[in-house]
Amino acid sequence: MNQGVAITGMGMISAIGNNVAENFASLISGKTGVSKIKQIKTVHENEIMVGEVPLTNEDLEKLLGFPSDSHSRTPLLGIMAAKEALKQAGIQDISEYRTGLISGTTVGGMDKSEQYFYDFYENNAHWNHINGLHAGDSTQKIADAIGLSKSFVTTISTACSSAANAIMLGARMIKSGELDRIIVGGSDSLSKFTINGFKTLMILSDTYNTPFDENRKGLNLGEAAAFLVLESDAIVSKENKQVLAYVKGYGNANDAFHQTASSEHGDGAVLAMEKALKVAGISPKEVDYINAHGTATPNNDLSEGRALQRVFKDNVPEFSSTKPFTGHTLAVAAGVEAIYSVLSIQNNVIYPNLNFKTPMSEFNLVPETKLKNKEIHTILSNSFGFGGNCSTLIFTKEA
Amino acid sequence: MKKEVFINSVGSVSVQKTFDNSGFLDEVVNYEGTSVKAVDPNYKEYIPPAAARRMAKGIKMSAVSSQNAMIEAGLENVDAIIVGTGLGCLGDSEKFVRDLLDNDEQYLTPTRFIQSSHNTVAGSIALDMGCKGYNFTYVHANISFESSLWDAKLQLANEEAETILVGAVDEVVDHHIKTHQFIDHIKKEPVAMENVLRSGTKGIVFGEGSHFFVLSNQKQESTYSKLVDLGVYNTLPTTEVSETISDFLKRNDLSTKDLDGVILGNNGDVEHDSIYNDLGTSLFKEIPQFVYKHLSRRV
Repeated sequence: MNQGVAITGMGMISAIGNNVAENFASLISGKTGVSKIKQIKTVHENEIMVGEVPLTNEDLEKLLGFPSDSHSRTPLLGIMAAKEALKQAGIQDISEYRTGLISGTTVGGMDKSEQYFYDFYENNAHWNHINGLHAGDSTQKIADAIGLSKSFVTTISTACSSAANAIMLGARMIKSGELDRIIVGGSDSLSKFTINGFKTLMILSDTYNTPFDENRKGLNLGEAAAFLVLESDAIVSKENKQVLAYVKGYGNANDAFHQTASSEHGDGAVLAMEKALKVAGISPKEVDYINAHGTATPNNDLSEGRALQRVFKDNVPEFSSTKPFTGHTLAVAAGVEAIYSVLSIQNNVIYPNLNFKTPMSEFNLVPETKLKNKEIHTILSNSFGFGGNCSTLIFTKEA
Repeated sequence: MKKEVFINSVGSVSVQKTFDNSGFLDEVVNYEGTSVKAVDPNYKEYIPPAAARRMAKGIKMSAVSSQNAMIEAGLENVDAIIVGTGLGCLGDSEKFVRDLLDNDEQYLTPTRFIQSSHNTVAGSIALDMGCKGYNFTYVHANISFESSLWDAKLQLANEEAETILVGAVDEVVDHHIKTHQFIDHIKKEPVAMENVLRSGTKGIVFGEGSHFFVLSNQKQESTYSKLVDLGVYNTLPTTEVSETISDFLKRNDLSTKDLDGVILGNNGDVEHDSIYNDLGTSLFKEIPQFVYKHLSRRV
């Protein structure tokens, strides 16, 4: 019953690399992707830092063989990541099995919608972007680019836990036999909409984010796309596929406390972690490493830290947040961190929580600050979002 | 053994007076236009006036339809809340972007941004109900609700949950209407309700609303029907629609002969409706056919 779901492919693009290998190289060399914003002209450019993908839309369109200004950034990033994931999984004929695509996004094509908001009325030059406003359009464009037709393709938007929920739904669908193979993850680009929205909430740091630090000043927004291929045991054994790791547990709960803030004691987070452990059929002491949500906002890190203590008591395992590398990539955060978790399992490493100096006064939790080698079998990864959405995923080396 | 799934209640706010479950379309509201707003229930009966003041229309409509669905099912809480929405509380997103552009990214306030988050309706229902269970939001255009339904069915069939509140919501917003008229997704000329289905023009008449249902793997007195199966396809050549439906019926050991009727999605878009017209004169020729989008305008 507690059998994990096989992960057979991964693909990603983020501020620290255009593919999985580049991301891993940055992680183990401690190289951050957070910097001043370059590609979006905003009045806040001197007050914020972001995790921006260095490639421009034009670069991406050239790489993918699309005409200029044909796509918004969200599908461009998504197509890069999805193609890499399919390649690693060795999938040539995507229609061979009942295959689905589930993507998480918060902005969809908002970058173009805001750019041409008034231009749409002036002339028809950018009308190709009108339909991009709805989030599902970005997912359908990814489906088109990978040749996925006549299939289940959907989009999830649960704020910063979107990709976790995409992975969870995919795993549930495979376990239940609804589909044989699912590409799950998410894609989110930076936009003025998001930058200004988070600015009004006053949770953006003007310097490098410092998760779980007493003097943390808020988050750095980021952008990324990350997809994983999940396949049924039947495909894995029939094609003798190499399994990278397994989705072993998942839990989704709502904090039901506030539209944007987490409860002081992390009720939703505790429930999500407990559910995930139960689905995985493991006890807290079997977790070797926690990839924390750790956004570096005062509220999240306190709430998550307390939730960790409630679930793991006095034995909180090694934990770190990788947000100082990538920024907070919103809908994709859990996708990025799912891939980092699989890499951690494959390479037996724990990533450093960069920028940490001073432990928080509320508890004695200290994240790992240096790259650490450790035999890793089981990782728990958290993602929490607006609307009280809390999700936890558990990845394992063995099924 | 997978459990059966039942639809135990309905709550609906639409362009018709559907918010009161004591009747259904006894009196039809006429309209003429390219978009139609929902018939407003008395929101004060459902939402404290102070809270309603800055509340997005999508949240308000959903407060009414979700509460009505919960009352009819005789429940105060559920195991999960799943919402589908094409565009979320779009009115607030549009205003936030407009303010951002008009004021050079200055003087913005958080409320509109918060309500722009697609999951704001699911979050707000959970908050009101104190529901700490599974909470999901699907945002895939016209299959947002179907995705929600599939998810709910999966959980109920596999006994991961016993009762789930499932719904969908979308708002009519000016900028969206105008821009989609440019690309012929929405009709350019106003049409009266009785003429929509034979308008002979491209595009649809756009509507808004919020509809919630309690699904359960337990049958009860209020049960409307069983949800047996569903199929979702991101693309499908028109030449394969009929065969796909036949295969879908076959996988449930059914044929069209077993059906008492079929509900079709005719929406008055001259190019789109040919799919339904073809089905109506071939596969479904022998059985009663129902259409509804000229009344509801939900797309």
